[in-house]
Amino acid sequence: MDWLSPAEWEAVRLSLRVSFWATVAALPFGLFIAYALARWRFPGKQILNGLVHLPLILPPVVTGYLLLITLSPRAPVGGFLKSIGISFAFNWTGAALAAGIMGFPLMVRAMRLSIEAVDPKLEQAAATLGASRTWVFATVTLPMVLPGVLAGAILGFAKAMGEFGATITFVSNIPGQTQTLPSAIYAFLQVPGGEASALRLVAVAVAVAMLALLLSEWISRRVAARVGGA
Amino acid sequence: MLEVAVRHRLGAFTLEAAFEAPPGLCVLFGRSGSGKTSVINAVAGLMRPDEGRVRVGERVLGDTSQGIWLPPHKRRLGYIFQEGRLFPHLSVRQNLLYGRWFAGSLLPLDPVVEMLGLGPLLTRRPGALSGGEKQRVAIGRALLADPGLILADEPLAALDEARKREILPYFERLRDEARCPILYVSHSAGEVARLATTVVVLQDGRVVRQGTAAEVLSDPAVTPAGIRAVGAVLEVRVAAHHDDGLTELDAGGVPLYLPRVPQAVGAPLRIRIAAQEVILARQRPEGLSALNILAGKVDSIREGDGPGALVSLDTAAGRVLARVTRRSAEKLGLAPGVDCFAVVKTVAIAREDVGTA
Repeated sequence: MDWLSPAEWEAVRLSLRVSFWATVAALPFGLFIAYALARWRFPGKQILNGLVHLPLILPPVVTGYLLLITLSPRAPVGGFLKSIGISFAFNWTGAALAAGIMGFPLMVRAMRLSIEAVDPKLEQAAATLGASRTWVFATVTLPMVLPGVLAGAILGFAKAMGEFGATITFVSNIPGQTQTLPSAIYAFLQVPGGEASALRLVAVAVAVAMLALLLSEWISRRVAARVGGA
Repeated sequence: MLEVAVRHRLGAFTLEAAFEAPPGLCVLFGRSGSGKTSVINAVAGLMRPDEGRVRVGERVLGDTSQGIWLPPHKRRLGYIFQEGRLFPHLSVRQNLLYGRWFAGSLLPLDPVVEMLGLGPLLTRRPGALSGGEKQRVAIGRALLADPGLILADEPLAALDEARKREILPYFERLRDEARCPILYVSHSAGEVARLATTVVVLQDGRVVRQGTAAEVLSDPAVTPAGIRAVGAVLEVRVAAHHDDGLTELDAGGVPLYLPRVPQAVGAPLRIRIAAQEVILARQRPEGLSALNILAGKVDSIREGDGPGALVSLDTAAGRVLARVTRRSAEKLGLAPGVDCFAVVKTVAIAREDVGTA
């Protein structure tokens, strides 16, 4: 495929990798927090809810800057992580972290809604039939919230693909390391004669976004048909 | 043998119910708000009462005085809910096998499928089933969990009359064939009459009466489902099927006529005669279209707040209740010890009030 230059390809590949890992890593945390928010009562629930939603409301630059000052190798947390061999600063894992955090609220919201839609009476019925809490979750709750989980994952992925402000603030814009698709578009627009490259990347971004939307529609319709009977 | 004792405060409502039920089907009978569902949920472990003790045979499912309160999944239950509560993401077959898998005892699927007529439904999903079909699947799912105790919380309440008639016989079979006790919550006198081995009457969170269906329903003081639902239960036997579409019953030597029932000659039956369908007469009526006339003696008259009175009559067939106005009771000179005839139209004995004994 030579309609994209190697530099453009680099950005697309990096973006897909960053978004994939951001989504995969955020998924279990998101599911756990969505379940806690939907089903449990505990002190500080509203604060947790607020924290989860913060990246949605804060300017992305602020989120990125907060990440930078906590996770840079010179900061206490970043220094500790570096000492055990984990580094987020100025490499692709940092971009994935930023993308995952920015997509997290969307993911949790979708999953929480679908968990709230599961009738606890069905879970009770499963318990009376001999299923422990873990089994109830695995055999009743999880299969029934799967559409919501998938929708949340796709939303999170799409958000990660488009994440710009937090990423560029946190891990900068290094080609091959942290220059994701939106950063690359931005970079190409800064140099004379870069519009053609930028346009090609824009086309890729639109295609990926459309694909993600169609996929999530298709999945939710399939699952709905399965659960609805017929 | 099932032993239940529950004490629980919920705001202004205090539940304080204790009873022991012999083997068979025990109906918790009471109007809504009497605490029936709280009791059954405590037995199931879905609710933990302030104080409670639940024992099935030798198995203690909970005893708060010893700090024991097993979670539902360790109680070996088969719980049939009012709304079925089938798992919508599983096929009928997978629903049936759900509890069996956790029970680990692998009861054969086929006899249950055959008894409940589920064969054609196995590959379908619950969303595509009718209300009656869902309840049949729910019964099968509970049975296949190999339960030590079957619970049913108003399993027929969400069904229309025709569906109720379809499901009731399965509960009769369950009562006659299940090896474990059954606790069945209901507010329907008809269901009590047909199903109960024992009735426990709950009112405002307390047990006010316990006994056999015939004893409890024939007691004019027990009206938890309202005066309109009062009716005595007679234990009878099928005497003959006649060509004109009637079945003749032997009720303690007295012939009674009913629209044709499917049971064979000689089979024991329970019939419920609603008190408001009974007419009283001082002399044996002549030239009357009603076929069923029972001679008896007035045992008691209970007057309510309204214009009505509930007359209880001892007949050769058993205790019969009649709901008449106070005015006619006075006009007829009814009093305890007075001879009297109870008249019941053949068609007044509803089909859902006839069941196997």
